Amino acid sequence: MQSIGDILKDEKLDEHSTWLETLESVSADDVQRELSQSPGRFRLNRLLTLVSPAAETFLEEMAQQAQALTTQRFGRTIQLYAPLYVSNYCVNRCRYCGFNSTHDFDRRRLTVDEAVADAGIIASEGFRHILLVSGEDRTGVPPEYFCALATRLRGRFSSIWIEIYPLTCEEYARLFAAGIDGVALYQETYDRSVYADWHQAGPKSAYDHRLDSPDRFAQAGMRRIGLGVLLGLADWRAETLALSRHAAYLMKKYWKAQVSFSFPRIRPAYEVCDQFDHLVGDTELVQMMLALRLCFADAGIVLSTRESAALRDRLTGLCVTSMSAGSKTNPGGYTGKHTTEQFTIDDSRTPALVAAMIRSAGREAVWKDWDTAFSA
Amino acid sequence: MEDTLTIADRSFTSRLFIGTGKYASNRIMAESIRASGSEMVTVALRRVDIENENDDMICAIDRDRCVLLPNTSGARDAAEAVRLARLARAAGGIHWIKLEVTPDPYYLLPDGTETLKAAQQLVADGFVVLPYINADPILAKKLQDIGTATVMPLASPIGSNQGLKTRAAIEIIIEQAVVPVVVDAGLGSPSHAAEAMEMGADAVLVNTAIATAQDPVAMARAFKLAVEAGRMAFNAGQATRQKTASASSPLTGFLRKE
Repeated sequence: MQSIGDILKDEKLDEHSTWLETLESVSADDVQRELSQSPGRFRLNRLLTLVSPAAETFLEEMAQQAQALTTQRFGRTIQLYAPLYVSNYCVNRCRYCGFNSTHDFDRRRLTVDEAVADAGIIASEGFRHILLVSGEDRTGVPPEYFCALATRLRGRFSSIWIEIYPLTCEEYARLFAAGIDGVALYQETYDRSVYADWHQAGPKSAYDHRLDSPDRFAQAGMRRIGLGVLLGLADWRAETLALSRHAAYLMKKYWKAQVSFSFPRIRPAYEVCDQFDHLVGDTELVQMMLALRLCFADAGIVLSTRESAALRDRLTGLCVTSMSAGSKTNPGGYTGKHTTEQFTIDDSRTPALVAAMIRSAGREAVWKDWDTAFSA
Repeated sequence: MEDTLTIADRSFTSRLFIGTGKYASNRIMAESIRASGSEMVTVALRRVDIENENDDMICAIDRDRCVLLPNTSGARDAAEAVRLARLARAAGGIHWIKLEVTPDPYYLLPDGTETLKAAQQLVADGFVVLPYINADPILAKKLQDIGTATVMPLASPIGSNQGLKTRAAIEIIIEQAVVPVVVDAGLGSPSHAAEAMEMGADAVLVNTAIATAQDPVAMARAFKLAVEAGRMAFNAGQATRQKTASASSPLTGFLRKE
């Protein structure tokens, strides 16, 4: 099987400009024809039709199909998780990020004990699924740090994800053995030239190394693969084409792992000014989520507290399967430390309030949907 | 004589087993189980704290009425399923297990090889094992040979509501099985359940079709009635079916004396 890098190159999916005309050429008839097909299976042309400008007028119909499909496959449930930021040190200089190494602020990384203390607060709020997050701080929080932390957290959490810098396959295997079962790693943008422009220095400037990361952690045995693009860097329609191609590739090749999609939209952050040409509005965000659901019946769809309470309430019953709540995006934030956050969250409701909202939307808030007993 | 179903050392008057995922709340789940009349309720070990007596989901199940049947949903191989079952027994004291080994997280189709391997270990360990399988008659035989309490072939992919797509193979399993055959997964409407019971299935298991119905409690009752009707029809001995109306005998009529 070809590598994902070669596939994207061959199909020119890493060159967004080549797709814009095709996207524009989709007609209302094309959309209607696509919506008359049984939903849930991926074909690139189907995805393309559903993210096209022409599909915008069919959002209600797409939403109804997506809602029915999500309810059928996932039931009337939303799973809850919380992120735990362990370090805001970073060697990269991503121009959109508050943790950019050129930004001058008091950096902070948590010791394993401090991280366990923050996790204790998260557990006391009811969470059993936790996401460990850090900047690219390999010297400060090396893979061994996450192994040690996961070992300490396994008793209290039934599922542990990480969202950190890319690792080698062997390192991922060690983390998996320590009890980490999912990895979220977003390509940020699939367009090579846009990627190069936003990631000019640091290890993250290596596009292909990042692109191949899900292969490495899937090979290491991880059960859950979190994919996404940072919305605002490049044309979202073309991004979704590449993202979906990547997901379909991983699902075929690593058929035991489950793929989920996240939809991070660029948020205000420390020393990051507004200089984004491709910001994504609510309508576009919803269209992207619906299009992915209608092509991937069983993919997780994750919505973080980057989004407003009002929007999250609306999207709860639509196609979302997993949500964070009560998030702090600064290291030590749960135990009241005042450190710099990666971005400003929007939905600042407590986990209990978010759970109550989910129930009032006719869904069950699920805190536990995994068990550490699965791992040796 | 009462028409009861016996699995291991337990008798059941209801032949409808219920799954507990996908409900909008534990309250609706509890009401649906009650309306279904079910006496066998399966719970994913991944969803509950089995050692916690106050676990919301477990507390919502009336264990005086129903056997709580933990399942290994999410297990990718035999080792994981066995480990999960053992921990559940150690923590919750339950030695019944619905064995699910489903390495593909999308269609959740069962892995026959790993299921057989896990069943061997669990039966040897003293578990009452109810394995979820593809509608594979040979695998069903192998499982009953090693001592599983039932076999649970799928009607169609789980959660798909497509009904009895595997009908021909399930007919063979029913014909040949010496343990109860529980048709599991894919039954989307009461008529599908009735069809399985008419064919001679000993029981059916339903989750998605009830949990995601507009009115789960009413749908649970509809399934109850359908399962009862299907079973009654099976016991009644159905009239022969044929494609044409029976007319006189065009080929052999001449033999009849006027």
